[in-house]
Parts: sequence; C-alpha cells; structure tokens
Amino acid sequence: MKMNGAQAVVTILEKHGTDVIFGYPGTAISPFYDELLKSSIKHILVRYEQGAVHAASGYAKTTDKVGVCVATSGPGATNLITGIATAYMDSVPIVAITGQVLSSQLGKDVFQEADITGATAPFCKHNYLVKDVSKLPKIINEAFILASTGRPGPVLIDIPMDILKGEVDYVDEFIFNIPGYQYQFLLNNEKIIKACEAINKAKKPLIIAGGGIISSGSKEILHKISKEFSIPVTYTLMAKGCLDDTYDLNLGMLGSHGTIAANKAVSQCDVLLVAGGRVGDRSMSNSSGVYSKKTVIHIDIDPAEMGKNISVDIGLHGDAKEILNAIYGKLKIVKRDKWFEDKKPVEKLDSKFVISKGCVDPKDVLTCIASLSDSDAIYTTEVGQNQIWAANLIELLTSNKFVTSGGMGTMGYGLPASVGCKVGNQDKQVIAIEGDGSLQMSLQELGTIMQEGLDIKIVLFNNSSLGMVRELQTLKYDKRYSGVCLKSNPDFIKLFSSYGFAGSRLTNKENIEEQVKKMLSYKGTYLLECVVDEDNPTIYR
Amino acid sequence: MEQKHTISVLVENHAGVLSRVAGLFSRRGFNIDSLAVGETRNPEISRITIVVNGDDYTVDQVSKQLNKLVDVIKIKILVDNEFVGRELLLLKVKASAKQRAEIIQLVDIFRANIVDVSKDTITVEISADQDKIKAITGLLEPFGILETVRTGLVAIQRGVECVE
Ligand SMILES: Cc1ncc(C[n+]2csc(CCOP(=O)(O)OP(=O)(O)O)c2C)c(N)n1
Ligand SMILES: [Mg+2]
Repeated sequence: MKMNGAQAVVTILEKHGTDVIFGYPGTAISPFYDELLKSSIKHILVRYEQGAVHAASGYAKTTDKVGVCVATSGPGATNLITGIATAYMDSVPIVAITGQVLSSQLGKDVFQEADITGATAPFCKHNYLVKDVSKLPKIINEAFILASTGRPGPVLIDIPMDILKGEVDYVDEFIFNIPGYQYQFLLNNEKIIKACEAINKAKKPLIIAGGGIISSGSKEILHKISKEFSIPVTYTLMAKGCLDDTYDLNLGMLGSHGTIAANKAVSQCDVLLVAGGRVGDRSMSNSSGVYSKKTVIHIDIDPAEMGKNISVDIGLHGDAKEILNAIYGKLKIVKRDKWFEDKKPVEKLDSKFVISKGCVDPKDVLTCIASLSDSDAIYTTEVGQNQIWAANLIELLTSNKFVTSGGMGTMGYGLPASVGCKVGNQDKQVIAIEGDGSLQMSLQELGTIMQEGLDIKIVLFNNSSLGMVRELQTLKYDKRYSGVCLKSNPDFIKLFSSYGFAGSRLTNKENIEEQVKKMLSYKGTYLLECVVDEDNPTIYR
Repeated sequence: MEQKHTISVLVENHAGVLSRVAGLFSRRGFNIDSLAVGETRNPEISRITIVVNGDDYTVDQVSKQLNKLVDVIKIKILVDNEFVGRELLLLKVKASAKQRAEIIQLVDIFRANIVDVSKDTITVEISADQDKIKAITGLLEPFGILETVRTGLVAIQRGVECVE
C-alpha cells in the first residue's frame, strides 16, 4: 500500500499497540502531527519536551508497553536529552521520534538543525537518522523491538521532514534481522547447576534484587525462592516493591541510604545472588573488600554488567525470570541457623530529630499515606530527601508500583512521570512525592495535568531548600550553605489553585490523618503541601 | 597489567558506526592505540581493527560494551603471536643526490618500496609490524625526515582460524 512516511510511522505505532504518545510539535515534525489526526492514538501535549520523555517513562514502567514521545527538530530534540539519558540509566523501553530538517539541508546548520543522533548516542540503546523513506517502516519496527527486548532502553529515530512526506510502499510484514543483536538467550545449565550447588551449600545466602526483577516480572518467583528456601532478600532502589516491605525476609533497601539489616547482611553473607541488578555505586557501601570473600552469582540480561562493578564467580546471562525459575527447580531445602538481623519496622525508625513547631515529620505523613492508599497505588518520586524518605518510609506491597529516577537521579522526573503513570492507569491512584526544588523543575507540567483532567495526588515536602544538598553541606562542608536556599518559594496552594487544583497545607502532626484522607478521597488533582524543617535529616534508623 | 590488545570487530557498514565505536572508547575512558577500518568482501560489513591499551578488566569491558552496540556483529580479541599484524607507513625523507644511494640501500634491506622521488626527497612505503616501522624510521632519521603517515594496525589470524 502506498502511503507517506508519516502515515507509515503512525501505522507501525498502532501495530505495536501504542495508544498514547507524549509530545510537542514544531515545523519539522508537522507531517507526523497531521497524520496523527487520522489515528486513534491519543496525543498528550506536554509543556516541555523533557516532560514528554519522563511521562513516556512513567507510562512504560507502569503498563508493560513501550513509551513513545515525539519532538520537533533542533531545540525540541535537544530538550529530550535529559529524559533520554534518564531512561537509559534505568533501562526503560522508550521510542523517541524527532523531526529533522530536510535531508538535503543536513549538515548545513540551517534553522533548527541539531545533530540529535550524535548528541544522544551515549544515552540511547540505539538511534537512527533516516535517510531513505523506503527503510522507514523497517526502522520504526526495529526501534520497538530494540527498545523492549533484552535490556530495555530508549531508541531514538530522527526523521527529516522530506522523509515524513516522501512516499513509501508499505508492506505489512516485517522480518526482524539485525545480525549483531540477540535477545533470546539459551540458559547455561551447567552454570545454573553450579550456582544452585553454591546456594545449597551456603550457610548464609542472600539475594540482592535489582530493577531487572521488576522489568522481567519476577516478583512471584523471587518470593517463592526466598520463602521456600528461607533466603533473605535486599533490594536496590530500582527494585522497591519486588517483595512486600512487611515480608519478614525482606531486609529493605541496601546501600548508602539503605537499612542497617540489609547492609550488614551484604557484608556477612557467604553466597550472594545478585538478580537483575548492576549493583551501582549507590548500592555497594564497600565495593572491593566486601565482595571478595564470598561467592557472587550474578544474573543479568546484559553481559557487560557482569564483573563491571563487582567481581563475579558465576555469571548467569539471560532473562531473570527464566533463570530464577530454573534455579527454583534445583534448590534444596536446607536447615540453616538464622544469620541475619531483621529489618527495623518503619514504625520504629527514628531520625532523632526534634520537629520544630509549624513542621511535620515526613515519616508521619508517608506512613499515614501508605496505610490509607490503595493496595495498587502507584508512587512516583523526585530526587533528594523526598526520594529517600519515600523509599525508606513507605511500606509497599508487590501490587504497588514505585517509579523513580535511580541511575541518573534526575530532579524534575517525578511530576511528568506521574502524568505518564496516570494516563496509563486511569483507574489507579497515582501519588507523586515531590520536593520543592524538584517540583519547580517540571512545574509547567501542571498545565498538562490540567488540560488532560488527570487526578494526581501530589505530596510536596516543602523544606524551602534543596534539602539533600543542604544536608551534604551540613555534614561535609561545615554548614557553609551555598546555593541551597529556596526561601522565595511561591505559595504553592495558590499556584495550584490557579490551575484549578485543590490543596491544603500540613503544619501540624494532629492534622495529618484528616488531611491525607481528604486528599485521597478528593476527585481530581490535589496538593498536600507538607511543611518540613530544613534540618530534617534524610536517614531514619 | 597494562598491555596492548588487538581486537577485530565486524560491523554493519552503516553511516555513523565508526563514530559510535570511537565515541564508546572515549566515553568509557578506554585508550585507543590505533584503529583501522575497511570493507570486508561483503560490502555491507566493515572490519575494524582496534589496538587498545589496558588491563584484562579493560579489554573485557571493551569487548562487552562493543558487543552492546547494535551495529556490531562480532568481536574477536586476537591472541598474541597467533596473528599477523601490519601497519602501512609512508615516509618522506630529505635526499640530496649524494645521499640517495645510501637511502636506497636501507630501503632495500627493509624490503620497503620507493614510491616517489624528487630533486630533494624520497618517499618510502613500507608495510610491516610496529618494531620494523620503528627501526626504519630510526635509521632514516639522520637524513632528515620531513613527514610520516601511518595507518592503524590491521591483523589477521594465523592458520585456518577466521573472524568472518
Ligand atoms: C537535574 C538535577 N540537578 C541537580 C541535582 C542535584 N541534586 C540532588 S538532590 C537536590 C536537591 C533536591 O531538592 P528538592 O527537590 O527540594 O528535594 P529535597 O532534598 O529538599 O527533598 C539536588 C539539587 C539533581 N539530582 N538533578
Ligand atoms: Mg526541598
């Protein structure tokens, strides 16, 4: 069938089940926007292109679909970069489509030309600059497969305007053949047997669950292995929600902001099974020494992660779910003495900080929200103290979802991500945990929320500062506070009300339950502004 | 231990592949000693030979990270002494009529070729391993080398083993 390039793009998006895309138009991408009118795909107009990628990321993380975002050439495309890099670090399947100047003008620095494939090469799983319209359908199809298979990641396709307008003979049949790309891996039985022998012999086995547990859908098998063979589990930030936080063998998050129980277990265990995680520098409290004295088994879909951050004795390359299932079949029930400490329950955690008058304790707010919210509520966070409070003080169930920027730590991620979460899960509660600094990095997306009539519960921890950096300056720079004060914050309640959103301010412990209930029962977007002391510490132990 | 490693990489012959490969090296802090690219018999596939300096961890990471590039089809780390490696050197040296004979003699000893002669210069071409290239350069130095240009190393395994 003859059609133009733009129509072919839309057709393939539909073929891959795309029902919503996040984007921002401009001249170069206009042929695509014109075709979009004829499609049932819903377009969500964000207020800044970075928000389109974050929204696509929130959407992808909570729907098992590829997130799709669109921008125009030049500044539209470059505005995507932080979003793409954020998705890359957290292995989120995203297809980003950018318009480009006419192919005949490429390289001539014409109006709104930017080398976006060059600029994003370090942050993309793969990218394309399309120079031949006949290849366009194949490329779009490939992009979806690349983004969603193997270790997922963002794929960018840069399409010159003449290619979008050019005619292509569309054949609805695709053969995926990239000789250098494989995404189905045979399990190495020998190594799996070796790994199981090591675990069966272990006196102190421990599992570290990484983000791959969530993306491969391995929560259940992880729980079965842990429960039936009495193996405790700790998780990285990207895997929060891999097990119920109240489950007794769940030792909580590991790393510099993790629990004492988890970090002790990591240093004391004799066999360590790292499942679907790269064990980044934030997760290992002591990189070299700790890991050398134990048998480390590493499951990862990306062979480049094996041995990159920690030395590995047995590397199991492939899909975490398949491998965990294979391991499950070969494990033996072994009687072991209890060797690890239990994690302190959240209600017993204490920051040893006296909350000043007019402020609330983030812990009181978050525990209240966790207990009153739906069991399948989706949480998003920003970066900073708010992120760590959310990670440590919200007890999640496996039916919940926790959406956060881990690898990149991108402020301004949470609010647009919550847009994507809500768009993909209209029937679920979406609760955005915000910091006053981060919120103001993506504040414009309130316009998107308003226009789409979304119902997002926004919990703002307003400490009038870039709290996490301020805390660093308290501890490491002798309280020389430099560039961390946000004393001239707007009146957020008034600001939100100009978007038509309800809201209330929490300044007193007594009102927490009532206000949280009010927020959760309200129909529509609601701001719960929690006034927090600028000296309130991050860590509760 | 830091050491030179020679890596053969087969890649799809797409625009931008070379910049992806080179970009990966600089981004991840790998030191490229040399790099040579050319088409294989299949025009859709190019072969890149890379010499990289680093320890075992580095080479392991280089090959795994290269493997992650979608355009990279195959990677082979060549084992020392089990491959033949050659670089091409073009060297322009000052040569007055008086010195010409002496230079030609040296060129003959090295089984190099003379590819250009002018009133004041001789241009020598040699394809050899790095040691030999160093040696001839050293011996021609006293005559006054005006310019040299070298390709990166290309390498092929000895015996029946093939990368392709
Ligand atoms: C885009 C970006 N810029 C800078 C930083 C560095 N940074 C990390 S946390 C933080 C402070 C965040 O402030 P806020 O959102 O108010 O959160 P709080 O720590 O106060 O809860 C900053 C500036 C970052 N992570 N991302
Ligand atoms: Mg703050």
